[in-house]
Amino acid sequence: MNVNEYIFFAGFVILQFVVLATAWNILGGYAGYVNFGVPAFIAVGAYTAVVLFKSISAPLVVQIIGGGILAGLLGLTVGLLTLKLRGIFFSIATVAVVFILETVVMNWRYVGGATGLQLTRPQDLWIFDTYTRMLFFVMAVLAIGSVSIARYIQDSFLGRGLRAVRDSEEAAECSGVPTLKIKLIACTISGALMGIAGAPMPMYLSYIEPTATFNLNYSISALGMPIIGGTSHWIGPVIGALLLATIQQVVTVTVSNELNVLVVGVLLVLFVVLAPDGILGLIKKWKQSSK
Amino acid sequence: METILEVNNVVKQFGGFTALSGVKVNVHKGERLGLIGPNGSGKTTLINCISGAFTDYEGAIHFNGQDISKLKAHERTKRGIARSFQIPRPFSSMTVMENLLVPFAFVGGKDGPEQQAEAMEILRGMGLADKAFVQSNQLSQVELRKMELARAMAAKPKLLISDEAMAGLSGNEVDEVLEILFDLNKLGITIIMIEHIMQAVMKFSERVICLDAGKIICEGTPENIVKNPDVQRAYLGD
Repeated sequence: MNVNEYIFFAGFVILQFVVLATAWNILGGYAGYVNFGVPAFIAVGAYTAVVLFKSISAPLVVQIIGGGILAGLLGLTVGLLTLKLRGIFFSIATVAVVFILETVVMNWRYVGGATGLQLTRPQDLWIFDTYTRMLFFVMAVLAIGSVSIARYIQDSFLGRGLRAVRDSEEAAECSGVPTLKIKLIACTISGALMGIAGAPMPMYLSYIEPTATFNLNYSISALGMPIIGGTSHWIGPVIGALLLATIQQVVTVTVSNELNVLVVGVLLVLFVVLAPDGILGLIKKWKQSSK
Repeated sequence: METILEVNNVVKQFGGFTALSGVKVNVHKGERLGLIGPNGSGKTTLINCISGAFTDYEGAIHFNGQDISKLKAHERTKRGIARSFQIPRPFSSMTVMENLLVPFAFVGGKDGPEQQAEAMEILRGMGLADKAFVQSNQLSQVELRKMELARAMAAKPKLLISDEAMAGLSGNEVDEVLEILFDLNKLGITIIMIEHIMQAVMKFSERVICLDAGKIICEGTPENIVKNPDVQRAYLGD
């Protein structure tokens, strides 16, 4: 197919943010527990993939599954340690996880330590012309899968319980909701999805290094996208991610890479102040006023 | 009379402050029990210990003959203890119907059409049927109080704890809530009512317990309680 390769290169990042925003929203949006530790989960996915590739030449699918499982386990562990904390205390604890894991990776020579590791992409392209196109397809499948999971959760007992937790944890508990258990489930699923989003990254860049992998900008984007789209519905993070990540890609190409963060910051402030329910809230208001 | 709830020597401390010191209460099946006391006497703390909001207390609580002292709140709800809150705590992102479907889902294990019909029946009994699909953050104060009772009923309780369900309501509204509580009691549900509106407590309760400074200072029929000098002293001072 005669399509500019950059479309697939940029599309991969946009779809990766669809997965990240959707994953963040499962705990942050549905249950109201703000996770700032997104880079830690991405990094666990990415470095698990590196270890699997380097040690047993595992194929991409195995790398993704392995990254998802380990990031899910990290979610469960972080949840067990922190989910008894509420509000800002939980958020601070998740930031600490990023710094702890970054320090570990910085000192782990097998995965390149602080200087990073160069990776050679394998030749297996399935039916695709290039490896980037294959990664784009893989990330598209992961995005569809993540959104399907988020949608299922929203309409399930779990989703109803998480919304009850967000509105009043004490009332939820007294209504029979096992609050700690469902928060742990949400934290594990959310972590696993962030891990699978991070797993193809080393192959995408053919390189991995800790400073970029543990970049806290991932937290800002993964949090900002659902807030801008709307946290109350599974489609909100998808809208936010598609919109914001596309703008970021356009800004990167046309203006500068550094302006990305500014774009997210400005939009986040505008939405928090003017439209706290995000684009979905604005659509709802518009529908109500036009009735 | 068969005992449904036994509170044995419960002591609850917050740091150096003792909120409950050796409280003993027996509640009988189907009883209407009033719990009164001045502000800070330990009423809500006792309710929090019974409902499982607090589990770090000394002493033991038995429900239907089983020790529930170490059970979490959601496990106690499943055993049949439901409560309303002093300050209403609706699930504000949900409609009134959805609020009721939370306990249906997590206590009963189902929230299908049958449970929705049952929820509607509960709401009808509370006079809230026309508000079923209204967002719960748009309800008036009395409607919120009724919705909390309806949500507690959706957990199919054997014991219902009403924590100041009439606070801030007008005379007519107090009568409406009282009537609802009488109706629920007629269904066989044991009710503990905490209330500052004395007329309501005296009208509703078969037996009244008065707490002061974390201790039970007296218990008896409403008629005896109002004449009790310890109760008068607790409310009015020496």
